Formats: sequence, C-alpha cells, structure tokens
Amino acid sequence: MTRTIAYVRNQMQGQEPPPVSQIGAIRWMHENLFSGPLNSILTILSVLCVGWIAQHIGPWFLNAVWNADSLAECRQILQGETGACFGVIKDRWHQLLYGFYPQDSYWRPNLAAALLLVALAPLLFPDVPRKLIWFSLLYPAVGFFLLWGGSIWPPLVALAGLAVGFAAYAALIKTSSLAATIAAIIVPILWWLFVSGPLGDALAQATPGLGLRSIGSDEFGGFMLSIIIGVTGIALSLPLGILLALGRKSDLLLVKVICVGFIEFIRGVPLITLLFTASLLLNYFLPPGSNFDIILRVIIMVTLFAAAYMAEVIRGGLAALPRGQYEAADALGLDYWKAQQLIIMPQALKISIPGIVGTFIGLFKDTTLVVFIGLLDPIGLSSAIRADTDWNGIYWELFLFIGALFFIFCFSMSRYSMYLEKKLKTDHR
Amino acid sequence: MVATSEPPKASFRLSMLIYDTRYRSLTIQVVFLMLFMAGAAWLIDNTIQNLRALGKDFNYGFLSVRAGYDINQMLVQYSNDSSHARAMLVGLLNTLFVAFLACITATVIGVMAGILRLSKNWVVARLMTVYIEAFRNVPLLLWIIVIFAIMTESMPPPNAFRGDDAASSMLLFDSVAITNRGVYVPEPLFGRSLGNIDIGIFLISVDLLAIIAVITLSVMANRALLRNALRVQEATGLRPTTWWKTILILIAPLVALLVALGFHFGYPELRGFNFVGGTHMRNSLVALWLALSVYTGAFIAENVRSGIQAISHGQSEAAFALGLRPGRTMSLVVLPQAMRVIIPPLISQYLNITKNTSLAIAVGYMDLRATLGGITLNQTGRELEAMLLMMLIYLIISLMISSAMNLYNRSVRLKER
Repeated sequence: MTRTIAYVRNQMQGQEPPPVSQIGAIRWMHENLFSGPLNSILTILSVLCVGWIAQHIGPWFLNAVWNADSLAECRQILQGETGACFGVIKDRWHQLLYGFYPQDSYWRPNLAAALLLVALAPLLFPDVPRKLIWFSLLYPAVGFFLLWGGSIWPPLVALAGLAVGFAAYAALIKTSSLAATIAAIIVPILWWLFVSGPLGDALAQATPGLGLRSIGSDEFGGFMLSIIIGVTGIALSLPLGILLALGRKSDLLLVKVICVGFIEFIRGVPLITLLFTASLLLNYFLPPGSNFDIILRVIIMVTLFAAAYMAEVIRGGLAALPRGQYEAADALGLDYWKAQQLIIMPQALKISIPGIVGTFIGLFKDTTLVVFIGLLDPIGLSSAIRADTDWNGIYWELFLFIGALFFIFCFSMSRYSMYLEKKLKTDHR
Repeated sequence: MVATSEPPKASFRLSMLIYDTRYRSLTIQVVFLMLFMAGAAWLIDNTIQNLRALGKDFNYGFLSVRAGYDINQMLVQYSNDSSHARAMLVGLLNTLFVAFLACITATVIGVMAGILRLSKNWVVARLMTVYIEAFRNVPLLLWIIVIFAIMTESMPPPNAFRGDDAASSMLLFDSVAITNRGVYVPEPLFGRSLGNIDIGIFLISVDLLAIIAVITLSVMANRALLRNALRVQEATGLRPTTWWKTILILIAPLVALLVALGFHFGYPELRGFNFVGGTHMRNSLVALWLALSVYTGAFIAENVRSGIQAISHGQSEAAFALGLRPGRTMSLVVLPQAMRVIIPPLISQYLNITKNTSLAIAVGYMDLRATLGGITLNQTGRELEAMLLMMLIYLIISLMISSAMNLYNRSVRLKER
C-alpha cells in the first residue's frame, strides 16, 4: 500500500525545454549581438554599413559583363545601368600576369612557376621527401634559364661554382677546417667573378644551338615580375638578415658598428630612394662602362632593404632567448658557429616567425614600387592598359583584379606562418 | 721565495693570430675592416672617375640657385623665384604635414579597430577582421591609387553643385564640398588679426602663437587644480568637485581669446566654375592622407590587439579581486601595462608613415621627393648630390623618431633584478 500525501509529488516531472531566450539563434544573438545598449548600437551600425556597401556595390557585381572587347561595347551592353566590365580582365589577363613576355613562350614562366612550387615544397612542408632539397638548390639556375633563356651554359657554369667551392672544401678539410671554410667561401666568389662569365660565353659560342630564345628584362612584367623580385628577395634576404643580426649582436666592435650603421641607414630611408639609387646612381658607383640588368639591380636593392628589417626581427628573437641557452651552449663546449647552428638560431628563428613572414609580406607588397623606375609591374600595366583607346577610363575592375591577386599571395603567406607556428610550438602552456 | 708556477714564457707565433682566441677576434676585425675599407675606396674611386668622365663636380651650389618652378601646395611663402633650397624646405614641410595628419588619423582608426576586433560583438569583430586583413595584404601603393581614382573619378564636378535642384550638395550645413577637384573645408579667419612675425626662414602667425600659449597655460592651470584636488583628497579623504572648474579653465580663456581676435570661418562657395574661399585640400593630399591612415591603421589595430592580449588574464582578475570596477581595471591595470607593449610598434608605424609619404609620387603630391628628388634633380642634373641630401634628410627624420622611441622604452622599461 502506498501512502500518498496530496502535496508531495511521487513522480518526477518531465524536463521542461529551456526558455526560448536561452537556446539557439536567439541566445546566440542575445549574447553576441545585443548584450547591451552599446553592443546593440554597434551591431545596428555595422549592419547598416554592410547594407550600404552591398547596395552600392552589389548591382555593380551582378550586372558584370564578361564578354566585351572594349569599354564602349561594355557600356552598350549595360545600357546605362551600373555594372562591372570584367571583359578587360578576360581581354588582358595575360598582360597583367606576364607583361610583354612573348606569347608563344608563356610555357616558360608557367613551367618555372610549377618547378618553383616543387622546389619550395621540401622547404615548406616536412612530409615531402628530403631528396627534393637537391632540386631546390639547383632551382635558381633552372629558373633563370627558363625565364631569360639564352644559352644553357652560363647558368650551368654558374652552378658549377657551387661544385668548385665544395671541391675546395673537401680537398682542404683534411688539413685544416678553417682553411677549408675560407676556401669554400672565396673560391666560388672568385669563380663567379672571373671564370664564370668568360667560360660561359666561350661554351655558348662553341655550341650556339643549345639553349632557349633569349628574352630581355624589358619584356618582363606583370605578376611574373612581382613574383621574380619577391621570391628572389625573400630567398636572399633571410640569410643576409641572419648574418646582419649576428653581426649586430657580435662582440667584435668593428663588425658590430658596421652592421648597426648599415641596418640603421637602410631602415631610415624610404625604399623608393633606394630604388632611385639603383636606377640613377648605380652608374656612378660602378666602374666606368659597366652596366647591368635593371631587374638584377632592383633585386639587390629590395634584398638589402628587406635584410635590414629582417635583421631587426631576428635580433628581437635573439634578445628573447633566455641567457641560459647561450650559457648552456658554452658549457657544452660548442664553438660560436656550432652553438648558433644547433641551439641559438633554431629557437630564435622560431620565436621570430611572425616577424619574418611579416617582412616577407612587406617585401612582396613593396615590389609594386618598381613601377616608379620604369618596370611594368601590375600597377604599371594597369595604366598601360588604360592608355589603350579600347579601355580608356577603366579603373575598378583592374584594381580589383590586382588587389585580389596580391591578397591571395600575402594572405596565404600569413596563414602559412600561423600553421608553422602551431606546428613548431613546443611549450605546453 | 721562488715562484712555483711561473707562467710559460709567452712566445708569439704567427699562427696564434688565428688559433688563439685572444688574438683571433682582432684578426677577424682587422680583416673585416680592410675588406670594408677596400670596398668603400673602390666605390668612391669609381664615383670620382665617373664624375670626371662626365665633366661634373660634387657641390651643393645649386641649392642657392633660382628654382623656377611652382609648387601647388605650400605651408610657407614660396614662388618660382625662390631658391632650390627653399623648394626643398617647402617639400620637406609638405612631407611632414601629411605624415603628421596621417599619424593622427591612423592612430584613431587603429585604436578603434583594434579594440573593436576584440569585441564580443560577432558582427563588429568580423567586420574589423575583414578591414584589417584587406588592408594589410594589399600594397599601399594600390590603395593610394584607388583612393585617388575615387576622388577624381567618382566625386561630382563643381558644377554639379549649381542650381536649385543640384545633383550634389555640400556636407555639414553647407560647409564642406567634396568635388573631383579636391575637398573644400572652411578656413579659420581672424577679423582682428595680430599679423605675422618673420623668424628668418618663414612667417609665423601671431594668432596661432597666442592660441597655443593660451591652451598651454590653461592645461597647466588645470593640472595644478587637479594636483591640488588630489592633495586635499589624500589629506581629508574628500575630493573637492573639480569638473566645472576644469571645463571653465580649459574653455573660457580660449573662447575669450578667439572672440578678441574676431575668429570666424570662411566658408567655401561656388562662384563661376569653381569653389572659392575656404581651404582647398587637393586630391593628392586627401588620397595620400586617407590611404596612409587606413593602411597604417590596420597595422596599428593589430598592435593594439596584441598589446591588450599580451596582458595576462591574471592581471584583470587580480584587479577584480581587489574590487576595482571594470572601467578602473582597464584604466589603472590593463592599459598602463598594455601601453608598454603597444607604444614601441606604434612609433615604428609612425616611422613607416613618414617613409611611406614618399609614395606621393604616385599622385603628384609635392613632397620632399617631388621637389628635391624630382624637379630640382631633373633641372640641375645633380643626381648624386640631390639623392644623397634627400636620403640624409629622411635618415635624420627617422633617427629622430626612433630616438624618441628609445627614450620612451627606457622610461617604461620594467625594472628587474
């Protein structure tokens, strides 16, 4: 027999659903959009702002014309309505990408770009077979040969410089490691300065057929140019920046003073003045009669510029390392270079990854400045396209295309740096 | 007593220069110095030879020669009869002017965007992320050109403001006109002006000096008032009311001065084919200014965000545990520490703005590069001198800004151990 008291429940009641304001979209909106008066005002303002932009730009996108050969034709198709004329991209994309590079040779930059990806893969991702790193070492010569063409011999002979240096190192390492190191640095430099040029030319004249059609730097342009300058500058500025940073932290007073002077000078002047120096003044500083390629000059200047910033970023990383790391390396009896290579640099570089990639992105964006010394980067080409009567007066479509391409490159670089940081993260905080 | 551990007689051998660590650093430095000097000598020798071959010399005499060109924006008196040095000064002031304007607006934009990006408001945070990523990942040059194109192509021509049912209208109670020829804003005028004084290089308006003096004095008076209030508070525990005194001290003298000087605005108005009156801000200035502000603002926003995030959560929790209200926590605990993280990169952004003003070349703004490194260089053919001088000037500006940064860093550095 069960005794029941009228006011005591003998049966659990079923669960009530949570109040409407505490679930789903309403709760989310309450928490994230309208949690207070200020927040509500901000939300409404931003929605209005987005709406205003969409209202003004939306029709422009929706009415976009892709098939037109001139701005006049575009306007005819649109009949007075607002609309983008992406016909210009369809008509001129090759110019924006390759500049005035000969059309029948587009396969060369394309192949160079594809091989660049192959060469970069082992550097960027650890899962790729290590053997490929040999190809990365060869790539500069391959890329140069594909893009500029000419005889196959000069790049090969230049590559041989590395082999000569290695041979000198191997020959001397038995007697003295110091002499071997010095030889490994000096021999290739001598080779490139004095042997490489004449030997390459001689071999090229001996076998005239062996090579690709030579294409001059004045035909380069568009994104190809930005990428050539950007990638070379990035590849060269990192080692140079590391050396400068080490020089700045060095105990050797003279080395330190010169490195500080160089870094502060480069960081103190705008890049544009350095580029003007490359185009106007370099003829003063070089022996009379010498003249070298404008793209090479720009690459040198951009590299020096980025290296100074890189040095500061890496110095920050070095400064952030606890002193104990240096002392531990000394206690283990490692010499300076061994300590740098095995203990200091791996950690310092890891700390400075965001800054390093930030400098890379800055360098890549700064390649647009070459337009001021007469090279046709995408922005220069946009004016060139506008100078054509067919497309006179077209702005936004070109800017949008150029901006989007730069955005893709820079944004993926910054995402890669985030990936790298996460992958290399070893502390468990 | 005989010394038992007489050190071995140091006999110097040549190989010790390399293998003995006492001498090795010296060897390296001497070799390095010789290489460096050889390189420098080579460059200088080349330059001398090249100059001789061209029949040129190296002197700065051209700076005192008549410039002979006009500059469309000048902060000091200049005419085409002035010297090249004067043109250089005008360009330098234009550079500093646009850099100054851009620093202010970029800071405002950046601080707001950085704080809003941390907001709990989903829409606002996303919107700020889009803004920051879009501007950080696209070259500044493109933004300058885009904004210049917007100013010249999409803004109404002055004659669109004409008539009763005009296509365009002026903003802010008919005081600001945005046209494709530039922006016209009201200009401050003084009915009973005190005139100018000539300090040798340029004229300075006495009105301006008077205003600055009055503002400085009122700020100092206000500081004294607040200090006094603090002293009373510390002595008695009661803080005297100061807010109305502060307002009075800050505003009343300035208003009195402005009234005395007969201050009024000169509004732009459409007359003939163009606007007259008011201050005319050229498209080049506006485009450069806006582009530098929004571009650098995105970078500053990231600095602000990381500065605030760098302050560990424990700090604000400790402040809450002490019973501080959220506002006081922010102003007394979080911000002073975040400032230490934010200010150094902020100042280097200012440095970047100053250097990036040289992109004025894209829109034809008459900055230092356009005068000294542009027209003067082309007219006189003195590339070497003009470029070196220009680099030196930029270098001095940069070093001044970065030494200000170092001073600040030293003053706020954590005192450890």
